[in-house]
Amino acid sequence: MTVRERDESRHRPLPGWLLGLIGLAGFVAILELVPRAGLVDERFLPPFGAMLSALAEQARTAEFWQALLETLRGWAIGLSIAMAAGVVLGILIGGIPLLRAATTSTIEFLRPIPSVALIPLAVLLFGTDMRSTLLLVVYAAFWQVLVQVLYGVQDVDPVARETARSYRFGPLTQVRTVIWPTALPYVMTGFRLGAAVALILEITGELIIGSPGLGRRIAVAQTSGAVASMYALVIVVGLVGVAVNVIARAGERRSLRWHPSIRTEVP
Amino acid sequence: MTTTPIGAAARPEAPTALLDVRDLRKVYGGGSRSVEAVRNLTFSIAPGELVCIVGPSGAGKTTLLRCVAGLLDTTSGEVVLEGEKVTGPPRGMAVVFQEYGRSLFPWMTVRQNVELPLKEKKVPKAERRRLVEQALEAVGLADVHNAHPWQLSGGMQQRVAIARAVAYEPRILLMDEPFAAVDAQTRADLEDLVRTLWRRLGVTVLFVTHDIDESVYLGQRVIVLSNSPTVVLEEVAVDLPDDRDQLTTRSLPRFAELRAHVYELIQRAKRGDRPVG
Amino acid sequence: MRDPGRGLRILLLPALPLLLVATWWLTTADSTNFFWPPLERILRTFDETWFTGRFTADVLPSLARLLAGYLVAVALGVGLGTAIGSSRTLRALVEPVLEFFRAIPAPVLVPILMLFAGIGNEMKVLVIVSGCVWPVLLNTVEGVRALDEVLRDTARCYRLRPRSRLVHLVLRGAGPQIAAGARQALSIGIILMVISEMFAASNGVGFTIIQFQRGFAIPQMWTGIIMLGLIGVVLSMIFRVVESRVLSWYTGLRASQRTKG
Repeated sequence: MTVRERDESRHRPLPGWLLGLIGLAGFVAILELVPRAGLVDERFLPPFGAMLSALAEQARTAEFWQALLETLRGWAIGLSIAMAAGVVLGILIGGIPLLRAATTSTIEFLRPIPSVALIPLAVLLFGTDMRSTLLLVVYAAFWQVLVQVLYGVQDVDPVARETARSYRFGPLTQVRTVIWPTALPYVMTGFRLGAAVALILEITGELIIGSPGLGRRIAVAQTSGAVASMYALVIVVGLVGVAVNVIARAGERRSLRWHPSIRTEVP
Repeated sequence: MTTTPIGAAARPEAPTALLDVRDLRKVYGGGSRSVEAVRNLTFSIAPGELVCIVGPSGAGKTTLLRCVAGLLDTTSGEVVLEGEKVTGPPRGMAVVFQEYGRSLFPWMTVRQNVELPLKEKKVPKAERRRLVEQALEAVGLADVHNAHPWQLSGGMQQRVAIARAVAYEPRILLMDEPFAAVDAQTRADLEDLVRTLWRRLGVTVLFVTHDIDESVYLGQRVIVLSNSPTVVLEEVAVDLPDDRDQLTTRSLPRFAELRAHVYELIQRAKRGDRPVG
Repeated sequence: MRDPGRGLRILLLPALPLLLVATWWLTTADSTNFFWPPLERILRTFDETWFTGRFTADVLPSLARLLAGYLVAVALGVGLGTAIGSSRTLRALVEPVLEFFRAIPAPVLVPILMLFAGIGNEMKVLVIVSGCVWPVLLNTVEGVRALDEVLRDTARCYRLRPRSRLVHLVLRGAGPQIAAGARQALSIGIILMVISEMFAASNGVGFTIIQFQRGFAIPQMWTGIIMLGLIGVVLSMIFRVVESRVLSWYTGLRASQRTKG
């Protein structure tokens, strides 16, 4: 430990972003060189260059963009439904103590039920329609949002709530002035967690059920032996995932910036 | 007694010093944005001494202590403990930090916390048990062996940290504003505890504080620091009787004089006065 | 506050589950709908579907693969995470790559790993490992990084050897975060267990359920869904018991901070 601290104080370390770039470049180089050197069969892991050209080829087809759009649309619709249901039910359950006591155990019981258990049911009900996947997405993301909103409502200052009640605020006013502002950061955390889970289930549904989207194209590429295309699509899915994470995290930070809990720092 | 001039203490001779800090300088960062925290510190501590270091807030007290403890590298100058240059945390040194709540392992019981450093020193089991029990007894915590630190009050947690340091049988004990975060009554008790342990065990103590009263009450010698970049402003010998207690010692006229003197020094330090030469 | 009393709360605990099951039971009681058979019939089918050989032939192999993959993933994640969390340079170097891997939905690894490992047990375990490792890894990195500065200094002052440092400081201190990662990994692991079997397998719970669905054995399919639900619930309960044992200090610490603060 001493040695490291000394190193860092004597000559300045490279900035983090540069190291990150070097790491990325190193990773790409490994992806390129390992198959070229014959360490891994090129049929299993094509060089990075081959993946890129497969990606470029994909990008010229309308089907690729269509699939990307379908994936994003399914994700967005599912997440919106889960958010709306999670927030409304969360505030309702969290705001009424009797209801909360009655539902705690059930929520803890239902939450660990794996969403993929619903795949056969979804297929029977909707076939390979996008609604099959939507069912999975909504189910999985809903729990993430609900649990966070419940935490948030629980976090409401009892004094603030009592005050609101003593001024005879109506239930809706109470929600707007007391519960919602406290719960908002938690809602945003729920959004971030839900967004990631929704994407996972969206892709899973497409992959397993065969509803339209990038996941189905990956399955098609796999069965037809287009290995480079399959990798290219996986990279695209990964980039979509990175984008979702970055946006959700930015949204979470933004909502926290004007949150009342930050106000105390302003003189 | 009141005629004794207040001034520089007789510095112990170099060969007999346990701890020697020579021309210590510490600059944080590099390039144009560097900050000089400590400019030049030289002092030494004889075996068995209890020395307090006091300075205005932001005087680089913690930087100094971390350099002495070997937790921080010096930019230039050296810290020598028992004739060996300190390059990392040395053997035979124990540190009590200000943040008692954060210096104890919360996943261990009180006993395990005290015992862990002894295990690392490969002290045999029977001896270990004896040391742990003695140390906890000495700090007045004989009956909380199996509690977790967070179940105790702040003062008791700091007692555990002191017990851990004492059980380690260090030759030098560093204390970094250990009582800054406990309430006033607990603080008086803990000050007396430090005096008692020091007299009983004969351990050398370097006690860093920002509290003028505390430094005079505890120390045989008080080293007053300037503001940052830090140098030694003055060393004050505390010629109070060795038997001290909160009531009589603090009401001695000599205590008031010394206190006033250190207070003045601190005020000068805050104004940015530096020693001449 | 109008919080219901403790006695009432205990009474209420099983109320909603019972109500839900009763609703399911009653609304499907006379059901002639092919997809929604009466719950009574599903439950009667449950025993013969699962406990006449399928439990050992399908459920246990699934669980064994899950356990193997999960344990390897946790070990790998904690090991790598500790290394990455301890070095600032290493962390900066691999962070973007990790960020990318974390963002890839784990199920797409199934077709990739099939190329390398075929469709046998190795593939399924590999899929579970490669999906579960990320939450554990990333949480461990965060946990190790967030170790208390004063505690680190304390460990250095008392000259803890690297091994004790790792055992007594780093792993224990990062424990709560590691557990959070392991909990996420468990639910991902169950998903991947099912997915990998649905995609390509000759046994396992996921495989069986898809067979039922393809053969339109609807009551059996429903028992499969219930079976998966039970597996998820039981595993998460086991996890909680283990977690509360290992991290009892953390629960206590948090509770004491809340009353003091």
